[in-house]
Amino acid sequence: MADLSSDPARLNLIRYRDDKPVDHGAVTVDAFLDQSNASAVRIEPGDDARELIPHLERLALVEVNFPAFGDGRGYSSAQILREAGYEGELRAVGDVLVDQVAYMRRCGFDAFDPDSALDADDLEAALNRWPEVYQKAADGRTPIWSKRHA
Amino acid sequence: MYLYDQYDQAMVDARVEEFRDQARRRLEGKLTEDQFKPLRLMNGLYLQLHAYMLRVAIPYGTLNSRQMHALADIADKYDRGYGHFTTRQNIQYNWIKLEDAADILADLAKVEMHAIQTSGNCIRNISSDHFAGAAADEVTDPRPYAELLRQWSSFHPEFSYLPRKFKIAVIASDHDRAAMRLHDIGIQIVERDGELGAKFYVGGGMGRTPMIAPCIREFVPLDQMVTYAEACLRVYNRQGRRDNKYKARIKILVHEMGAEEYAAAVEKEYEKLTEHPLDRVLEELERVRTFFEDPLFEQNAPETIDRSDPDFALWVDRNTVAHKAPGYVSAVISLKPVGGIPGDATSEQMRLMADLAKDYSFDELRVMHTQNIVLPHVRMADLHALWTALDEAGLGSPNLDTVEDIIACPGLDYCSLANARSIPVAQKISQRFAASGKTEALGQLKLKISGCINACGHHHAGHVGILGVDRKGVENYQLLLGGSEAEDVSLAKITGPGFDEEGIVDAVETAADVYLRERQDGERFLDTYRRIGMNPFKEALYG
Amino acid sequence: MRILTGNDLKTGFVTWWTGSDWSLHVEDAVDVTGKEDEIASREEAARRVNVPYAIDAELHEGSPRPAHIKDRVRALGPTVRQDLTLKPADPDIGNWVI
Repeated sequence: MADLSSDPARLNLIRYRDDKPVDHGAVTVDAFLDQSNASAVRIEPGDDARELIPHLERLALVEVNFPAFGDGRGYSSAQILREAGYEGELRAVGDVLVDQVAYMRRCGFDAFDPDSALDADDLEAALNRWPEVYQKAADGRTPIWSKRHA
Repeated sequence: MYLYDQYDQAMVDARVEEFRDQARRRLEGKLTEDQFKPLRLMNGLYLQLHAYMLRVAIPYGTLNSRQMHALADIADKYDRGYGHFTTRQNIQYNWIKLEDAADILADLAKVEMHAIQTSGNCIRNISSDHFAGAAADEVTDPRPYAELLRQWSSFHPEFSYLPRKFKIAVIASDHDRAAMRLHDIGIQIVERDGELGAKFYVGGGMGRTPMIAPCIREFVPLDQMVTYAEACLRVYNRQGRRDNKYKARIKILVHEMGAEEYAAAVEKEYEKLTEHPLDRVLEELERVRTFFEDPLFEQNAPETIDRSDPDFALWVDRNTVAHKAPGYVSAVISLKPVGGIPGDATSEQMRLMADLAKDYSFDELRVMHTQNIVLPHVRMADLHALWTALDEAGLGSPNLDTVEDIIACPGLDYCSLANARSIPVAQKISQRFAASGKTEALGQLKLKISGCINACGHHHAGHVGILGVDRKGVENYQLLLGGSEAEDVSLAKITGPGFDEEGIVDAVETAADVYLRERQDGERFLDTYRRIGMNPFKEALYG
Repeated sequence: MRILTGNDLKTGFVTWWTGSDWSLHVEDAVDVTGKEDEIASREEAARRVNVPYAIDAELHEGSPRPAHIKDRVRALGPTVRQDLTLKPADPDIGNWVI
């Protein structure tokens, strides 16, 4: 099993999971659909996350790439996979900024591998920012409407 | 009026602290401008032509006197004593300092206000009918639905990095006073077999490619309205174009896919989302509705008005609108004095309007998309006292929906996107018509001016529209005719070659004269244009 | 000539590069032809200016006057509120802008 903390390419990896990380690289969606043994896949912004839904049981890691932080398609990809019942690791990779991680967590991401390391204090502050949430989302937090009418 | 509970307050307070932290990191250099820009925009902070500009949300255009006072205080404390009311029912301050911005947001939060999502590629402030709750023609007050959508869209985790900005309007009347079909999503609350539901129009907009939104669903049950909106947004977030900023609005997606195919994609998404139903939507809607119940209108309020003062009588005729309660009207405060800056109000004027709302309109004000202010519930018996106070403060212009009631974007005087100035053109036109005395004869004539193709001044939807362009470094103005933002929605067409600043004022008068010559009984400018077409106007303009 | 402009990061005020610092007054701007990018990136990195960019200008009565109307409005302030401009009392300022 690879020790990710010693992998120079994985220095910025942050995980909010207890299981062991997948020890091999992720393949493209096309490659994943072509071959049957990969358990890690990388979704690009233009990919249709729903194509993975028939194969969720053999996936342990889905990386969602953010080539530019302003491209928000990956948020929907994450939300769709969680709605479909995916429980494996969902990792945001690429141009992932600390001011985005709170919303990403809400959409079901439980790991981050940003191009630039996130400041630990800023990350802590960002994840503790929202005392409540208005929307139902993949993180399962109880939305305000449910609390008001509990 | 909707009032925050501890949840709403906690969210807005958290947002202030988030932005305070982000601004600090920007000032310390931990964030680049490229990284900071979308964060400040999602808090309404632009870097404009002269300084930072802050756009404060006025949800569905409704505010109370305490909030209007707070807006006036901000104008004095942090800006230069005035504010600009916008075509999306918000207010903008033009001279804001980044180092003050978080304090301003904190001041706003104290009166249950914010600048959340007033810019950026996210769901913007929800707009609505400025006569909501007062109009005789609505099936219900649309604002509870707008408030539901406000909460749902605030800090939406999935839809905060959309391809482009996203604007939603909600109305509940066949008379459209919110330019509903020129929004990314226009929702009309309708009644069917005794049930209320939401009719969805998607893919309208102005900008460089104006489109009228097609209806994609006639009736969505109320408990599904938010989920259906979520489906509309998800299809857009996934499939909207991101390769070209100018083709990234949902109107382009709907146009390129075709309304039917887009609607089918939404239906498919909606079906999937209904497997994960939202909790407590109807309960929440009921709770929100209680905030918008009618105020205690006086029974048998007198319905006679002493019209012996002709100036007052004119103002009553022009600036008051029928109300659902006998003995009441909605009164429009014009922010369009002849020769003035459309939509600007000084802090003193804001305070006066706030106090008058408290005295005469159950503590409520509305911002119109036409950049005026409404006191929605005024007793006819109070109108004279109200008008007297307004007139003394320069707020008594009797020109609602006339050629003097011009919508104008800030233009090149304030905006870094603009190609030409809008305000001086508006000033000269209102002066020209006021001096010629033709305003009254022209009746309803909606004139809208934008200083660039982005169309913040709604020029596509003007009976007469003006678009400022840059012609080799010189301001030039194109004339458009025949637009409407109302239920008879249409897009204006360009008459021909543009004009210089003096020339465009002449051209508007020439077009007005064609109407006066050609009109038949009861026709508005727009009706005559639609009947006779462009040619008579072209001949008069270009001969 | 080319002159360099931007906004002050904290206040947002429009500023002009004087050769050694940033000024609110376009009259203080100096020709930066050929050095635009170097100065801009250095000053932006030091956060002494926000989003700097160079524009064309010509000398007008001995002072730089931006070539484009947008930059002239930027240099002065809104033409419809002379009281808020940098030259609130100058009767000829309209001619300088337009």
